[in-house]
Amino acid sequence: MKSRIFIFLLPVLLILTFWLWPGQEKISYNRQIRPIINNKCISCHGGVKQSGGFSLLFEEEAKMNTESGKPAIIPGDAEASEMVTRLTHHDPELRMPLGKDPLTQEEIELIKEWINQGANWEKHWAYIPPKKDLEVPSVDSEIPAQNEIDHFIFRKLAEMELNPNEEAPKELLLRRLTLDLTGLPPELQAYDDFMADTSPNAYENKVDQLLASPHFGEKWAAFWMDLARYSDSKGYEKDLHREIWKYRDWLIEAFNQDMPFDQFTIAQLAGDLLPDPTESDLLATAFHRNTMANDEGGTNDEEFRVAAVMERVGTTYEVWQGTTMACVQCHSHPYDPIRHEEFYKSQAFFNNTQDKDLYNEQPKVFTYEKESEQKVKDLLSWVNENLKPSEKLPEISDNYLHRQKQDLLYTLGYRKVEAEEFQDKSRFIELVAHDQESIWQVQDSSWIMFENVDLTDIKAISMGYASLYGAKVEIRLDSILGRKIGEGTFGITDTSFPGNRPKDWETIKVAIEPISGKRDLFYYFKKDKTFAQDLIRVDWVFYHEKAPLKDKYPLSFQAKLVELSNTKAIETPILKDLPKSRSRSTFVFERGDWRSKGEEVTANTPEIMGTINKEKPDRLDFAKWLVSGENSLTSRVIVNRIWEQIFGFGIVESMEDFGSQGIPASHPELLDWLAVNFQEDMNWSMKKLIKKIVMSQSYRQSSATNEEKIKKDPYNKFLSRGSRTRLPAETIRDQALAISGLLNEKQLGPSVMPYQPENIISFGGKFWFPSEGEEKYRRAVYTYWKRTHPYPSFVTFDSPSREVCTSRRIRTNTPLQSLVLLNDPVYIEAADAWAKRILKESGGDIKNGIEKNLRLVTAKVPEPEKVEVLHQLYLESLAYYQEEGKELDKNAELAAMRMVSNAMLNLDEFVTRR
Amino acid sequence: MNIWEEAFIRKAQYNSRRHFLKKCTSGLGALAMGSLMGCGNNSGAKQVAGSFLDKKASHFAPKAKSVIFLHMAGGPSHLELFDFKPTLQKLNGQDTPQSLMEGKEFAFLKGTPKLLGPQANFGQYGQSGAYVSDYMPEFSKMVDEVSFLKAMHTNEFNHAPAQLFMHTGSPRLGKPSIGAWSVYGLGSENEDLPGYVVLTSGGGAISAGKSAWGSGFLPTIYQGVQCRSEGDPVLFLSNPKSIDSHLRKKSIDAINKINEMEFKESNDPEILTRISQYELAFRMQTSVPETMNINDEPEYIHQMYGTNPGKASFANNCLLARRLVEKGVRFVQLFDNRWDTHGVGAGNGVGEGMRRSCKTIDQPIAALLRDLKQRGLLDDTLVVWGGEFGRTPMMESRTGEGFDGRDHHLEAFTMWMAGAGVKKGHIHGATDEIGYYGIEGRTHVHDLQATILERLGFDHEKLTYEFQGRDFRLTDVHGKVINEVLS
Repeated sequence: MKSRIFIFLLPVLLILTFWLWPGQEKISYNRQIRPIINNKCISCHGGVKQSGGFSLLFEEEAKMNTESGKPAIIPGDAEASEMVTRLTHHDPELRMPLGKDPLTQEEIELIKEWINQGANWEKHWAYIPPKKDLEVPSVDSEIPAQNEIDHFIFRKLAEMELNPNEEAPKELLLRRLTLDLTGLPPELQAYDDFMADTSPNAYENKVDQLLASPHFGEKWAAFWMDLARYSDSKGYEKDLHREIWKYRDWLIEAFNQDMPFDQFTIAQLAGDLLPDPTESDLLATAFHRNTMANDEGGTNDEEFRVAAVMERVGTTYEVWQGTTMACVQCHSHPYDPIRHEEFYKSQAFFNNTQDKDLYNEQPKVFTYEKESEQKVKDLLSWVNENLKPSEKLPEISDNYLHRQKQDLLYTLGYRKVEAEEFQDKSRFIELVAHDQESIWQVQDSSWIMFENVDLTDIKAISMGYASLYGAKVEIRLDSILGRKIGEGTFGITDTSFPGNRPKDWETIKVAIEPISGKRDLFYYFKKDKTFAQDLIRVDWVFYHEKAPLKDKYPLSFQAKLVELSNTKAIETPILKDLPKSRSRSTFVFERGDWRSKGEEVTANTPEIMGTINKEKPDRLDFAKWLVSGENSLTSRVIVNRIWEQIFGFGIVESMEDFGSQGIPASHPELLDWLAVNFQEDMNWSMKKLIKKIVMSQSYRQSSATNEEKIKKDPYNKFLSRGSRTRLPAETIRDQALAISGLLNEKQLGPSVMPYQPENIISFGGKFWFPSEGEEKYRRAVYTYWKRTHPYPSFVTFDSPSREVCTSRRIRTNTPLQSLVLLNDPVYIEAADAWAKRILKESGGDIKNGIEKNLRLVTAKVPEPEKVEVLHQLYLESLAYYQEEGKELDKNAELAAMRMVSNAMLNLDEFVTRR
Repeated sequence: MNIWEEAFIRKAQYNSRRHFLKKCTSGLGALAMGSLMGCGNNSGAKQVAGSFLDKKASHFAPKAKSVIFLHMAGGPSHLELFDFKPTLQKLNGQDTPQSLMEGKEFAFLKGTPKLLGPQANFGQYGQSGAYVSDYMPEFSKMVDEVSFLKAMHTNEFNHAPAQLFMHTGSPRLGKPSIGAWSVYGLGSENEDLPGYVVLTSGGGAISAGKSAWGSGFLPTIYQGVQCRSEGDPVLFLSNPKSIDSHLRKKSIDAINKINEMEFKESNDPEILTRISQYELAFRMQTSVPETMNINDEPEYIHQMYGTNPGKASFANNCLLARRLVEKGVRFVQLFDNRWDTHGVGAGNGVGEGMRRSCKTIDQPIAALLRDLKQRGLLDDTLVVWGGEFGRTPMMESRTGEGFDGRDHHLEAFTMWMAGAGVKKGHIHGATDEIGYYGIEGRTHVHDLQATILERLGFDHEKLTYEFQGRDFRLTDVHGKVINEVLS
């Protein structure tokens, strides 16, 4: 009955509202008009479709003449404005929105009033910098607020007539905090210690301790690796190995050292352009060398270079600005005021780097692993000490060791160059998989080129090679048709290359004409009559000087040079700009097609986001602009990401889209308050921000829920309770290894290959060479990431394949996840190790052993009923293994306990952070 | 409604709100939500168990319940199979006119290659009089079941991008595959099997790798599940050696019992989904190996397909495809990886090499069509055959004289479709005299994709998903249903 009265009253209420609408009050475009336009108008009158020549995206366009010859909006005169006429037209063929329900009377009146008030435009909130003097709301809650965050959260809850939850039980809080900050579970001792610590600062001390843990960076690097599309392979068909793990280590260390986010940004986007960049600054720029590269035979390198550059623009805007630029590649943004050409203005910042989809990933920075580093240092010092005083180097320093080594070898006339380090090549030159340490001439008449080779006093060039058919090489100056200064013939070295790897390498030495100065050198490979696939493999090139300095020294000295030269460096691809003389022009690509070039553009930012006031700004200026106080988005976007890592949802849920089509913020003022504080009070310190969040009472709430909360706050976006989410793929694995005692806590270094089923093969055959011993049990963040075949159990738990930048992982709940936890040998191994420990710790009391260990999953002392279920499972399994199942396992007790530990690794409480 | 049912529905609302209301702008969202919430069928809690894969409604009545897509990875030559070009035969060995080379991109051709006449002999078959070469004697008996698309064209001339383009509508990585779109749109008919199954043969992995059956930006649950002939048919499906199915049942019971206790304490509906997923995992441990085990097929079926149980082969995969659609699997994707006929060595060209390759597919394909037909499955199963592109009329022989390769060719190639109301014995489109370019009824990869979705009951322009601020669809902003081949 009640509802019927309500239905009857509804129109009356609406009319009343309308009548009582305060006509005088200033209409807010953002609050009142934009939502109507975005919902009902923009899809036909936006950046892509501009029906009738009318677009509501830009103020000046909206007020311009339309196709009909007059403007649709005449500020101050709603009645004369075509927009209003068409919204209210009696003819359905003319009435807008065409073919859809008309706007409500209320909406039309709002638009009229807005036009009459002058049709004032406002920028979308995200393009207006957050206010610096935001007032923290006062709250009156039974549960005391811990910090400002709670004021915003509790105020909103009060408006919704909800109360926050009590604080979570201490043990659960400890587990939540430890998993959130380090990605690892607490040990039993940690639970006991924390329970015993009743000092008022117990919680804060724990927070500080965990923030200082070296495991902090291992956990927090992961979300950034999704954004950076970090991968150990290049993608596309061949998906060959890419050596870029130093970037991952750089990230982990940056998080551990709490590198301020502004520095963190500048280093990754433009570390190479900093004055006197360090090796670390260069390594940071590998961020944008995680773009995919196509090594497939016969591809156009320029096509994939351009694809990578365009991808960098899109990724940069998604990561730092929460803005979707990909659509602007082809046309103006359909919903946000960003013009087509503005994509390419941004592209101009990135279009000048040297990399060009080359097989060898040039340019690179060369560093050494700890051991080799010492060896190189020792060798360098030794050689330097034994040099004649007049030939000595300045002191050997730690920075840029490789450069010092190369300089020294060069000076001494030991000039060996790896063949795969060419600066350019023709089509049909490939590198031999998997290590790509020699070149492979796929088809006749192809070439490689080395830039600026000093030929002064060079009398000959030798090459290490292998060949099935024999071939010729011509060495030419300056261009492929340039002057020939030498030629040589490769003999046949073998009849086949088993596994695509030559067994024997031979050397040829080619005498060359005397040339002085630095020239570009082309090596042109040919065969006499027929042409052939797999003509020649070349491993290295050596330039012989007439009288190299090294020859003045004894053989023992020269042996040291060979040793020095052969000490392998770690090669990490980086960003490096072309010299000014060879810088590229940037053009608009019509419809995003790189082959149809439009007008030329110069570097700048989209107008709506502000401009860089500098003549010819470069990539470094761009990076600095992102983290300058003027940028309205950067701080909000990163604050939102960190919030999501902790609570499972961002304040703006669409983390990748802060634009007008994104999901509106649940707590806009809180987002702005945090964004301002993060920049100013916290000085961009991510650890301070994280501490602020986890210190809040909102974070510490219990995650238990009830009907009212589910009804009013179904997704817990308003934090009416502590957040409860399934753990990320990495943490699930790390937790299993940690609990079972298998975890190898070794940090950093090359990626490892833990077990995965053997018959997973990729293009080009076997690529997974399982790590031995302890290396199998490293943390998930160190697992080798192959784009076309990402580690199966990670993908099953929703990790992306990292082909492109990923802002959020969508959590699913599938039977394949159950199968991983039940049967993946990694989890079985963990269960086995854990079972052994439980049996050992139990002494005679199995039930006690189970109870004690179950606590590693439940955090709280487990309920007796749960222990009982597992104890029963043990007893029944034991009986089965002793009788019917004898053949399954000889060690019945261990097998039965493995059933128990396997079950514990499958509990909801195991995979959930509560 | 008891508390369990209520909780299931809450969970369903949660999922549908999160993933459909926001994401799906096609009106499909509402439908999907309806079926997720169990409206329209009263089977109660089990049906609603928060699965993304529950059966859903399409835009209009579908003609196809299932799709079997036979992809010949590498790009089979249309000029040796279905596109008979006597003129090309006459021009054999002559230089290619420059007009055909200028402004075109090829992977490996360069200079002035020679034209290469067809290496196979052709005949006309069936009522339709379709040309088929002597490489495919068994298939030639089935031409009256299929519609040929003889003027297909694509945008990509390298394997990985072209395969991605065929299956995801984009040459770059990161977009959902057509199978993922299908399961996203329609759900699965069988709750004990994955909705989207991938089977491979021919050795090695295809160029595009798993991305060809990936879920892109759709939730990972929609990605293709590769069922393998060796080892576990689905990764981690079988129990470890020391655990048999009796013990596995016991442990899942224990896990679910404890999870129920946890649910009572926390009220988190996600736990209920997890409980039902453990039950499904257990059922899959039986149902998947059962389906994948072809030993129980009668002898005449093995003879018909030429199957060889226990080994990875295209014939086995064809038989498996039939078994899978029989059980309601929505999309079955076969990749056969042996069709990149550059002629870089003996047996790698379009002559004897390709003839041998055809032997491995000819009988199984004919058998698949016959078998589907005799079981009445062809009426609502769409079978699609083709590669990622065609081959050039020009010869490419990289190792010297005497071999007979063709380079990748994007301008023209042949595909065919059968079943699910596709016209029988029909030929659509034609190429020029040398099979270089489509001159009539040209159909693009996006058109094919639009047509496949149409058979499944979808308007390809409306099956969308919002990602990075815009609605994406399989056919990007292109595609036109090829109505000419639909009856």
